[in-house]
Amino acid sequence: MSLIEEIDYGTPASASEAQVHLTIDGQSVTVPAGTSLIRAAKQMGTTIPKLCATDSLKAFGSCRLCLVEIDGRPGTPAACTTPVAPGMVVHTQTPKLKKLRKGVMELYISDHPLDCLTCAANGDCELQDMAGAVGLREVRYGYEGENHLALPCDESNPYFTFDPAKCIVCSRCVRACDEVQGTLALTVSDRGFGSQIAASQSEPFLESECVSCGACVQACPTAALTEKAVIEIGQPEHSAVTTCAYCGVGCTFKAEMRGEELVRMVPWKDGKANRGHSCVKGRFAWGYANHRERILNPMIRNSISEPWQEASWDEAIAHAASEFRRIEARYGRNAVGGITSSRCTNEETFLVQKLIRTAFGNNNVDTCARVCHSPTGYGLKTAFGTSAGTQDFDSVEHADVIMVIGANPTDGHPVFASRMKRRLRQGAKLIVIDPRRIDLVRTPHIEAEQHLALRPGSNVAVLTAIAHVIVAERLVNEAFVRERCDWQEFQEWADFVTRPEHSPEATETLTGVDPEALRAAARLYATGGAAAIYYGLGVTEHSQGSTTVMAIANLAMATGNIGRLGAGVNPLRGQNNVQGACDMGSFPHELSGYRHVSDPAARALFEADWGVKIDPEPGLRIPNMLDAAVGGDFKAIYIQGEDILQSDPNTKHVAAGLAAMECVVVQDLFLNETANYAHVFLPGSTFLEKNGTFTNAERRIQRVRKVMTPLNGYEDWEITQLLSNALGYRMAYAHPSEIMDEIARLTPTFAGVSFESLEREGSIQWPCNEAAPHGTPVMHLEGFVRGRGKFVMTEYVPTDEKVGPRFPLLLTTGRILSQYNVGAQTRRTDNVVWHEEDLLEIHPHDAETRGARDGQRVTLRSRAGETSLRAKITDRVAPGVVYTTFHHPGTQANVVTTEFTDWATDCPEYKVTAVQVAPSNGPSAWQQQYDAQAQQSRRVKRLEPGE
Amino acid sequence: MSAASPERLVYMANQIARFFASQPGEAAAATADHLRAFWAPAMRKEIIAWVEAGGGGLDPVAAGAVALLRQSAQGKAHGDAPA
Repeated sequence: MSLIEEIDYGTPASASEAQVHLTIDGQSVTVPAGTSLIRAAKQMGTTIPKLCATDSLKAFGSCRLCLVEIDGRPGTPAACTTPVAPGMVVHTQTPKLKKLRKGVMELYISDHPLDCLTCAANGDCELQDMAGAVGLREVRYGYEGENHLALPCDESNPYFTFDPAKCIVCSRCVRACDEVQGTLALTVSDRGFGSQIAASQSEPFLESECVSCGACVQACPTAALTEKAVIEIGQPEHSAVTTCAYCGVGCTFKAEMRGEELVRMVPWKDGKANRGHSCVKGRFAWGYANHRERILNPMIRNSISEPWQEASWDEAIAHAASEFRRIEARYGRNAVGGITSSRCTNEETFLVQKLIRTAFGNNNVDTCARVCHSPTGYGLKTAFGTSAGTQDFDSVEHADVIMVIGANPTDGHPVFASRMKRRLRQGAKLIVIDPRRIDLVRTPHIEAEQHLALRPGSNVAVLTAIAHVIVAERLVNEAFVRERCDWQEFQEWADFVTRPEHSPEATETLTGVDPEALRAAARLYATGGAAAIYYGLGVTEHSQGSTTVMAIANLAMATGNIGRLGAGVNPLRGQNNVQGACDMGSFPHELSGYRHVSDPAARALFEADWGVKIDPEPGLRIPNMLDAAVGGDFKAIYIQGEDILQSDPNTKHVAAGLAAMECVVVQDLFLNETANYAHVFLPGSTFLEKNGTFTNAERRIQRVRKVMTPLNGYEDWEITQLLSNALGYRMAYAHPSEIMDEIARLTPTFAGVSFESLEREGSIQWPCNEAAPHGTPVMHLEGFVRGRGKFVMTEYVPTDEKVGPRFPLLLTTGRILSQYNVGAQTRRTDNVVWHEEDLLEIHPHDAETRGARDGQRVTLRSRAGETSLRAKITDRVAPGVVYTTFHHPGTQANVVTTEFTDWATDCPEYKVTAVQVAPSNGPSAWQQQYDAQAQQSRRVKRLEPGE
Repeated sequence: MSAASPERLVYMANQIARFFASQPGEAAAATADHLRAFWAPAMRKEIIAWVEAGGGGLDPVAAGAVALLRQSAQGKAHGDAPA
């Protein structure tokens, strides 16, 4: 295995279909019009020296190294900024060019440290390469003149350093921050010889607006911006392409290694989800894999009041299996179940649900999508026939209007947000529907045309009012509706939405949204060209989550904004493999590929392959399992890679459910909060230690490649296999590719997927089958999967979670850029420097009337529970609304959230909780009690050698 | 086996019924179909038992749906379609 080297063509590819013929160094070349000379030469096989050019950025023309001579043209133009022209004759190497380039390099090197042997970039430095390329042998100017060599290094960022002494001011970092990331945090301060790269107002990187995406580090051609891991470890020597284990964007990275030590994660240019970009989590926050708190040995105990006892794998697996069998024998077949993980691979998820359906013999399997995007599955399947988003991420490059509903892409899906921001900077119009003024509303060179800051819980009223305007003002794409949808259903729906009570003016009292702003948003969405909707958990995590998803589908169908590039309905999935977990049959009512368990034909397929009878009845969902546990009927659970105690609503109820079980088996990297109530702990493996696939939010199946031996001894699928075998249901997979072959055999939408086809294609978007052998980037192009698109009435039903005198504020929850979900991974990295605790955002007016001060601890109380955290006073939230994140277990944000759920799917209503806020002196009684219980529960009795 | 308290099941059934009541077609039948598709048998049995024991709280559409579940459960007992 060797280091994967990506070719840098110097400038981006041209999208032109017109071809241009020219001659470079005597060779005839044909390239698309608009291609730069430096790129045309590279495609031909000739590398023109360069420093300021790289193919992820627009041409800049500052370094003066890529000069060429062109017959009939005066001077020596830069090859990066000069486009090809028909009949052009170009020379890349002439005596004149050699002399010029050598002179340029002499100037660069005269003000550069001559420490190549001890430099961290030694062997990976473009300046070093160019010195070699131009034949630099001496520097006539000497090294004694005025220089920048004594400038101090900025070590403030935990992951990379900025050494201005090694900077050549090529501006690649500045342009990467502008063009790729879209934060515009960097600039060149001063001018002439005094020019220096500066973060914000010449601040340390950590204190600046920099979001640590790593684009500048990647773009830097020298050691000026270098990963601290490279400085510490040295240059990597081999690499493998793998997929990030954070959010649903599914960025692909080169895991660059030295032996089995990970040196760095570098975003892969050919990654179709991220196109060579990254965020602070995927790029840098992988240190948890070797964190001291990682559990590497299995552990068992008889009760949660006892300390953990380390055990061998054989003992732990045998104990878990015997407990499941004992409990089944005593309480019945339906007293056990399991939860699959959206952080694990498709193959691992498939295996867990298979174990439950075969070895347990029931359908009591669920997944964390229950608490995030289950309404997406229900809503989109109802409207279109498929439980998934409709577009690929590339589609955003064709959008004229982008509507973001209940999502905060710059924090939750940062790499896709950068792609979205690029399109917005190009002129696409933005509509944001969100109670908070998310960053996207006003960010450099971007300002939303409309921000509908609706009252939490009023999504359906707002979307139905938008539909009202579209129909009433005759903005419907009637030709599309007649061709693609049920016309009768449409007419009934049109009658429904045009009722006076659905007008923006009538709904204003419910939603708090200015009717004129809503009307403007509706007109823009319907008439602004290709219009795409991107939405997140602010849509789904409501009592009307499924209705909201169907309201979104209605808008797309009514305006013809579906089934084509630049449009569509796009759920932004939370976790890395939440789409895959849903696809793999993790829900209690569905087999893989979303086929209901009551379908005899689907069951027959699985029964023939698995050799068991499949229960034709749906099993218990996570909330049902917990309710049944509290009721005394559900007694044992196998949880792979989920932390329901921290992530699920109404923590006290979750704790009561877990405490009521006789056997809780947790398979995870760390002793998470759920493990406080576990009896068996099976140590899991990280994404770096396993083979498999993840499926991202655009249905893209991508490989996860093992780059190091699992520290715990097994990949997660192997642990499930051990457990299944101990339970008596034989599994004998030798490699995850065999599991994928089984998935493909049993799942029509995955029929063409295999590790071989993924190797060949790079990635595949399902459906992939005989009809679509290379996958399906955009769905519903010719017609909807269900036949005709279904319009659904979306009556607004106010949530039963009401504000009142005791709880006058509405709490809504979300996440922050540097942290991920329950924080089990990111809290164990240096990302904590950006977010060491969850804060409560509160409007200045609400803070004033309660006597709360910025940074002061406050009590957050609902009818479900009480916690305390520090206040952050900001007008980002509207009066009457407070906001927090749930990344830190100490905050216990979900002690406060309630049991209300989406009507169709039981997805919790995290986004609306009536609360009160008051100044506080310290942790709540529950927090103190919880902390004591957690400490007690995490005691471990180590296995002595030879024991 | 109980997967939730009867009060909780009644609340959930009413939520579902309210959605289908706003749609064209037979709301009680659609609600019953939803309960068959997504509720575990234990939950359906629990709510049927609640109604049989004289428990209240169900709105008319939800009550109609539970009546349909009850009919098919009785049918199943006689070898007909599943509940």
